[in-house]
Amino acid sequence: MSLNVEVTFTLNGITVRANPPVQASALELLRSEFDLAGTKLACGEGECGACTIEVDNRTRNACLMPAVDLDGRDVKTVEGLITDDGLDPVQRAFVEAGAVQCGFCTPGMVMQAKNLIERNPNLTRAEIARGIEGNICRCTGYTKIIDAVATAAQRKAGG
Amino acid sequence: MLAQDRTPPQIGDYVKATTLDQALAALADGQATVLAGGSDLWAQKDSGNGRIRTRLVNVNRVNKLTGIEEAGGRLRLGACTTMTEILESPLLADKAPLLPGTADRFASPQIRNVATIGGNIANASPAADMVLALIALGAEVELASARGMRTLVLEEIFTGPGQTVIAPDELIVAVEFAMPGASAHGVFCKSGPRPALEISQVAMALTGTRRNGALTGPCIVFGSVGPTPMRCRKTEALIDGKPLDDALIAAALDQMATEIAPIDDVRASAWYRTHMARTFLEQELQACR
Repeated sequence: MSLNVEVTFTLNGITVRANPPVQASALELLRSEFDLAGTKLACGEGECGACTIEVDNRTRNACLMPAVDLDGRDVKTVEGLITDDGLDPVQRAFVEAGAVQCGFCTPGMVMQAKNLIERNPNLTRAEIARGIEGNICRCTGYTKIIDAVATAAQRKAGG
Repeated sequence: MLAQDRTPPQIGDYVKATTLDQALAALADGQATVLAGGSDLWAQKDSGNGRIRTRLVNVNRVNKLTGIEEAGGRLRLGACTTMTEILESPLLADKAPLLPGTADRFASPQIRNVATIGGNIANASPAADMVLALIALGAEVELASARGMRTLVLEEIFTGPGQTVIAPDELIVAVEFAMPGASAHGVFCKSGPRPALEISQVAMALTGTRRNGALTGPCIVFGSVGPTPMRCRKTEALIDGKPLDDALIAAALDQMATEIAPIDDVRASAWYRTHMARTFLEQELQACR
């Protein structure tokens, strides 16, 4: 017996409705129903951060969020970072620093970094490393990712 | 992704509770599973261990389950308090810094943003971290059901891995403990292979009052070295109020080793767990001299 539950929530600034199965994750709903494939499935158990999204201004693993709990929430995915100028400043800093190799961790990394910077742009490298501790990258060795986040943070702090 | 070959959970009913009474009514027949942060529940969902019952009751929007408050010399944390809320609470930083100190070692930012104190208790993982700190603070758990309310000592509710005395129709409402004194001491230690998101190989919470090179009223609780959180009462009695010289610390380590029951598993050997338990206790007792 499959039960579906109607949910209404804000997705990247737009009010949307969906009717996900009760056992679906937010990740499954975002990718299959809304074609927002920027949010990645990797480990599926909250260990890697590739599925990081923002819900009510807090980041979380979309793979561990029941889709039914999206009801009434304000949700932002990496697709929501687009601005009139194109890339978000955090995304731009990743490109400039060469912080992307295979790219699979990048959307989650960018979402986590952006939230971290918005909470406090005056970040040490150690604080950046702690802030992205829930996001795994298997390519870069993290140095250029931390460079990119530091650059984006400095620009934000400098106005 | 939806087409993966696996047995889906048989959830036939969903209740989004907005009041405590609604939540308790939905739990009353004992056929429901509580959804709070979901960080453990949704990770277990596809593992086929059958822990999700036929009705899912979402308690995230029940106001009575939230908030960190001080009243009558006690601190009270609603069951839906998240690890991030503990980490960021000025009240806890001031009055019970052991809790933010433990939350700081808990999982990752993304998990801390959703994982709740009630979930950490209800899951009854032998590797639960926050539970150790709460036991060391003498916490009690307030449970509610359609039948009424009761309060239990947190330390006494665990009966085995994933098992507690909490009835299927009961909901954890809050955790409460007496405010630690101004000179209270509290530390949390844990070891694992990765700074973030590690499931503890060994964890320890230690509380007491430091006075003249001794620890009075000590409470020593270990995680991941037995089927439940392991409180070392004989070790506590051995050191209570006595000067922590090398001989007493050595005796305490040997006594503690008889009170834990570690096993070999995929995360660590029993030998290593005992070694780390001794290391943590020695380090923290030396620091109290």
